[in-house]
Amino acid sequence: MLEIKNISFKYERSDWLFKHLNFTIEQGEIVGMYGKSGSGKTTLAKIITNYVSPIEGDVIIDGEKGEFQGIYPVQLIWQHPEKVVNPKWKLIEVIEEVEGLDKEIINILGIKKEWFNRRPSELSGGELQRFCIARAFSPNTRYIVADEITSMFDAITQAQIWHAMMKLVKQRNIGLLAISHHIHLLEKISDRIIDFNNICNVR
Amino acid sequence: MKSTFQMDSQNTIHRKRLLLKIIGLLFFFFIFVLSGFLIGEEQIEANLSEKNLSPSLVHLFGTDWLGRDMFMRTLKGLNLSFQVGLLASSISAVLALTLSLLASKSRLLDYIVTILIDLFLSIPHLVALILIAFVLGGGIKGIVVGIALTHWPTLTRVLRAEIMQIKSAEYVQLSKKLGKSRMWIVKHHFIPHLIPQLFVGFVLLFPHAILHESAITFLGFGLSPEQPAIGIILSESMKYLSTGMWWLVLFPGISLIAMVAIFDALGNNLRKFINRE
Ligand SMILES: Nc1ncnc2c1ncn2[C@@H]1O[C@H](COP(=O)(O)OP(=O)(O)OP(=O)(O)O)[C@@H](O)[C@H]1O
Ligand SMILES: [Mg+2]
Repeated sequence: MLEIKNISFKYERSDWLFKHLNFTIEQGEIVGMYGKSGSGKTTLAKIITNYVSPIEGDVIIDGEKGEFQGIYPVQLIWQHPEKVVNPKWKLIEVIEEVEGLDKEIINILGIKKEWFNRRPSELSGGELQRFCIARAFSPNTRYIVADEITSMFDAITQAQIWHAMMKLVKQRNIGLLAISHHIHLLEKISDRIIDFNNICNVR
Repeated sequence: MKSTFQMDSQNTIHRKRLLLKIIGLLFFFFIFVLSGFLIGEEQIEANLSEKNLSPSLVHLFGTDWLGRDMFMRTLKGLNLSFQVGLLASSISAVLALTLSLLASKSRLLDYIVTILIDLFLSIPHLVALILIAFVLGGGIKGIVVGIALTHWPTLTRVLRAEIMQIKSAEYVQLSKKLGKSRMWIVKHHFIPHLIPQLFVGFVLLFPHAILHESAITFLGFGLSPEQPAIGIILSESMKYLSTGMWWLVLFPGISLIAMVAIFDALGNNLRKFINRE
């Protein structure tokens, strides 16, 4: 179980984004989260995945908190894929950065072999995002936070990608937090939906 | 408004021009500097039957008071300066890379490296160089160490800024979450990113190294008089200037400036070329 316990956060010289925020995600469960633009969902995603430290509260992963050795068990898939791949690398290097990544994931996500020898600038946003999604499924991953990951896809591709995601998540018993503006999308994929603006306890 | 097609083709034309310039400069560089490797001792031997000749087709730069061909001596001198520059610039570049990577390790180390940079930058190069060369007893060792120790700060500063930028890049943060060690990240993310800057910095260090080597040799703190360095040629020739042998100083001097200018242009064009990528 991934526990988000009593988390509060604000950036310097700004108001509280959320206070005493609490919720949990079970392994194998898909939780949808929606909320207004700019309300702090990406910030929360970064806190859960250990990129940013909360001002108050803890993130407890299967009863443990603190430093983990090696690959972090909660992985973030970012909103903007072009920022999270080294622009000088070939995509094969991006894939190889994840130790022990199951090659089946690459097929399931529709990644083509001919993309491997290209650089990030030679792929479309959607093609690049598939690599970023694949990368989150390391053998160590127990939870994934997907922050608005399909906004660059057309409706049909979006459906395909989510179909693949759901299959992978259930197969590997991974807990997934899916953040999006699209309530309809979340309704289709989630076991349960959280309204971010309801739980953030500010104004 | 220009169409993207026009912008693109303009860009490639510009790149081609830059590339052409770089190739042209490299050509000069090879003629100028590497030809010195082909010149043996016998070509700069004294030949008293041909002494004090003014420039002619046989002796492009004339001959000196011992009948040595000044053109050959100049090429040999530039070659030696180049070798000294190569060694000093390499050491400087390695020093700069090591220190900038060290600075990225912790805030305290960064503070120390920044202070060292400011300290070394505040001392005039020539003063520090003379001191170091003097302490180490002159010769090639004194000059190389002196130039290396005085020229790392500017490059370190550039590399440090580059590392600060890449360190906060999202893909480096993500790499940490994938369990990659600091060494792994340095090797796979930092160094490939720094190599262009390092290379440009290295080439731009050259003109400084060469000019300073000549300057302190000219002042008598550098290489010993037996070595065919440009600084030695110039300081010896100064003594004969009053006898009207102007070519002894003029041509070696111009050659030195030309070589420095070529390196400077090469470095600047390389930087433009790399930054455009
Ligand atoms: N590094 C930062 N420093 C200061 N303020 C920030 C920083 N990052 C984000 N913010 C601010 O914090 C607020 C929340 O940003 P965040 O990106 O978490 O929102 P979001 O809910 O993900 O929005 P969206 O739905 O548009 O992606 C915004 O007002 C934003 O301007
Ligand atoms: Mg966001």
